[in-house]
Amino acid sequence: MSEIPSELKYTATHEWSRLRDDGLVEVGITDFAQNALGDIVFVELPEVEEEVAGEEEVAVVESVKAASDIYAPISGRVVEANDELVDEPERINADPYGSGWIFVIEPTDTEDLDNLLDALEYEEHCAEEEEQH
Amino acid sequence: MPFIPHTLRDVNSMLDSIGASSVEELFSEIPNSIERTQLMGIQRGVPEMEMTRRLAERAKKDEVGPCFMGAGCYDHHIPAAVWDLASRGEFLTPYTPYQAEASQGTLQLLYEFQTMMSSLTGMDVANASVYDGGSGLAEAILMAIRCNRKATSRRVLVCGGVNPLYVQAARTLVSSQGIELIQCPHEKGTHTIESLSGGDFAALVVQQPNFFGQLENVDAISDWTKSHNALLVAVVNPITLPVLSPPGEWGRQGADICCGDGQPLGIPMASGGPSFGFLCTNMPYVRQLPGRIVGRTKDRDGEIGYTLTLQAREQHIRRAKATSNICTNQGLLVTAATIYLSLVGLRGIQSVASACHANTTNLVNRLCRSDQIERTFSGEFFHEAAVDLHCDAQFVADKLLDRHGIVAGLPLGQVFSDLQSSLLVCATEKRTEQEIEHFSDALQECVADG
Amino acid sequence: MANETIFDISQPNRIAHAQCPESGSLADLPPNCVRKTPPLIPEVSEIQAIRHYTNLSQQNFAIDRNFYPLGSCTMKYNPRGAHRVASLPGFLNRHPLTAASASQGVLECLFDLQEILAVVTGTDAVSLAPMAGAQGELAGLLMIRAYHNEQGDTDRDEVIIPTAAHGTNPATATMCGYKVAEVQVGGDGDVDLEDLKRTVSSRTAAIMLTNPSTCAVFERQITEISDVVHDAGGLLYYDGANLNAILGKICPGNMGFDVLHLNLHKTFATPHGGGGPGAGPVAVNNRLARFLPIPVVGFVDNQFDWLGEQQLPQTIGRLSAFMGNTGILIRALAYALMLGREGMVRVAEHATLNANYLAKELERVGFTLAYPNRKATHEFLVTLTSEAKDLQVRAMDFAKRLLDFGIHAPTTYFPLLVPECLLIEPTETECKEQLDEFVDAMKHIREEAVNDPDTVRGAPHGLYRKRLDEVQAARELDLAWSPPDDES
Repeated sequence: MSEIPSELKYTATHEWSRLRDDGLVEVGITDFAQNALGDIVFVELPEVEEEVAGEEEVAVVESVKAASDIYAPISGRVVEANDELVDEPERINADPYGSGWIFVIEPTDTEDLDNLLDALEYEEHCAEEEEQH
Repeated sequence: MPFIPHTLRDVNSMLDSIGASSVEELFSEIPNSIERTQLMGIQRGVPEMEMTRRLAERAKKDEVGPCFMGAGCYDHHIPAAVWDLASRGEFLTPYTPYQAEASQGTLQLLYEFQTMMSSLTGMDVANASVYDGGSGLAEAILMAIRCNRKATSRRVLVCGGVNPLYVQAARTLVSSQGIELIQCPHEKGTHTIESLSGGDFAALVVQQPNFFGQLENVDAISDWTKSHNALLVAVVNPITLPVLSPPGEWGRQGADICCGDGQPLGIPMASGGPSFGFLCTNMPYVRQLPGRIVGRTKDRDGEIGYTLTLQAREQHIRRAKATSNICTNQGLLVTAATIYLSLVGLRGIQSVASACHANTTNLVNRLCRSDQIERTFSGEFFHEAAVDLHCDAQFVADKLLDRHGIVAGLPLGQVFSDLQSSLLVCATEKRTEQEIEHFSDALQECVADG
Repeated sequence: MANETIFDISQPNRIAHAQCPESGSLADLPPNCVRKTPPLIPEVSEIQAIRHYTNLSQQNFAIDRNFYPLGSCTMKYNPRGAHRVASLPGFLNRHPLTAASASQGVLECLFDLQEILAVVTGTDAVSLAPMAGAQGELAGLLMIRAYHNEQGDTDRDEVIIPTAAHGTNPATATMCGYKVAEVQVGGDGDVDLEDLKRTVSSRTAAIMLTNPSTCAVFERQITEISDVVHDAGGLLYYDGANLNAILGKICPGNMGFDVLHLNLHKTFATPHGGGGPGAGPVAVNNRLARFLPIPVVGFVDNQFDWLGEQQLPQTIGRLSAFMGNTGILIRALAYALMLGREGMVRVAEHATLNANYLAKELERVGFTLAYPNRKATHEFLVTLTSEAKDLQVRAMDFAKRLLDFGIHAPTTYFPLLVPECLLIEPTETECKEQLDEFVDAMKHIREEAVNDPDTVRGAPHGLYRKRLDEVQAARELDLAWSPPDDES
């Protein structure tokens, strides 16, 4: 069973979002997603300062056999990207909710986070996806 | 039944096992509403001997004398061992090396090919080939548009000295992606930066030596392109690279993408195909490079081995988001080219290049001794040159073929309406002094008649 | 085991003198155009090069050495006779721009092949220009676009593609500027007709299909699909990947397709060459003929000649510098001449017989067919979901272990729709004994998966290399050799 921290918000496309004390939102991919992809070999990071809309493709993670688009969970401006992933994409596999974070968004509206899935809803979503395969 | 091994007994026992009464029954899911093929007009099969006789008769018809034509396809010597080796069943009959453990031969060879091509072009990486020079240019242009993220324009400047057949192919292949190819006219056979039109553009394509065999001032063109924040796409002939400055070193920053046709490297002219295209770039753009790429890695025991890599760019994984739809490449031709470069070696390939230059220089000098013939353009050329016959070049070329069986060169009027009296000639290392002399005499004779 | 590259055995100033013509002077070239440092090209003797590449060749599986049941790739015997005739001097030494008057031999060959392919596919006109299947697809969609544009039908911006389709189909659609609309495939492997009806619209430019489909079954509702798409104003594109299954039996033209490509390196037995060259001629019915890519070969004024932009002003254009992969086209013609009318029918019949036999025998020894209630076509799908779940031995492990038996692996994990699948295509040129040997090997591996699963999971064991680390290859890109001193 994959790890789903209860304090985070989730998307159906397997991104997690963490609202930090400074009002910015950290984004990464979930434990479930990194498991499904396998060994991550490359991350294409978003451009810092880029304005993004919710559900827009902003980054790509690649494993040997798959490439997966990463969507912005909410609208806002990208203020930081995790450059460490350029040389060590495996951080996403090892620590998806920690040092494997991918980018940080300054949200247009923090309340947009309320529209995302909570941990319980996301767990159900994952179970459904597993069933289909 | 050619190539089908089944005896009647085999067929019956297999049908028994399947539980079918006839082979026809195996097709029972095809609805009867679909009309069965009659194959009207197709003859009965013939044995290999008869097939060979018929096709040999046709091949015989196309045998002609020495070839002084270049224009993107060149008559070079091919060492005997090249195709003896490349035609081994182990190179000729495998599929794409997806099962790396069962394909180490092809994979290591491709890695060696990538090494030679990237070194020849002075770029960081080469892919394992695309179809040909023309489609290679299309892929290079698409790639340049993807790489130049800062550009708002989808215009690409194409120098008038780029092989017009490549440009035609590229135009077809990129046509539906909103990319505009802007032709920059040459000035007397080459380009000066003053002649290159400005405006917004994402990339510029230049060929060295250009279609007319002329040497462009690639350093200046490269710097000018970079000063406009555009990418430089270089089209080159690999046989010239052992002696000409490589695209990676043009100007202060070098080219960003380099493409061309590998035919001169041990591939017979064979009506122009199969040949292969090559595509090289630098590391920052490697993920935008289409086609197969081989990487060196280790196996479970820590032994060095090879595998296809960066596959997440490709159509079988990315589907609609792939860098290209390409899947087949020209593996067998790359095999031949790699063996060719190894057999001929560094010294050999330098000699081939310089001999081509010397032979063409000799030919042009001889031709220009005639009062009626002069070079169409001034400036340095490498192993091809346009000569102005001051009469209908097509007429002269046809006559040389009819009377002397000589493939005279390309009448440039076929592609450039303003060059009706010019002939594009080439003398590779294969042309002897006697052949050059004979061609030169025969050409002058035909021109006098014309 | 030794794994030297050609660069490791290279020695400065070693020259293969027999391959060096006399050098010429370069003194007249402008200095800024001349190369300053020599490129990394091997310096070895002729016999060193020959040994190196002969030894490398022996590390390859190939049709000439191994049974190669690679689904959707049609790895049949590549007749040597066809290879030989394509290498005749008249064909091999012909410059592509030689005048038609001195090229009647090759032009007649290409003309004949066009005619044969039109008959085989049930279409009206053929262009041999595309150099591979993917380029044929591109040419096909460009023709479809040209057709709709001509009709003033410029709003059609979608191409419908089944979820099970090969990746080139959506990649090609994108390259042509189309959006991809996916249509679902039902539980029996056929396209979900109701879903198709929901998907077609006035935006539909075309549907791309193979038949037999990528699920290795015959698409039984093809006539209905044709009606649904045509009624909506769209066209039908046939991907010829699986033509071997129906060669000489039925043809795409009679199934309602408007445009298609053939993979001559599959159906017409030209060698795959370790990943090419191929050839992907396109064939069309009359309403698309004027858009065919150039050059096309015609018979005009009692002589064969190239038809170009002048004769076909509405052509989508040129796809290569010259005439595609002519050498491959000659091989395909040689093969077609040897098969003849009756031989072509037998291709489909024996390919289908072999596949159905193999499917039945594998089922008998305990394997699960993905579509047990369907007839196999020229290929079939086995699914190893229960093996993966119960024994933790996956389809990829079976594939790798087969290599130890001297058998090339079937296609794995394609189509993506069927989990843990092997797509198996024996082709018509394999004899019954070879098929039985395959069944024995599969049975043996299945027993191993129960009794000694690590052996299967660790395979291959007897090849030149063990399983390769693809993750390292992708993370630490090493794409070109450099001298050991440069490596730190």
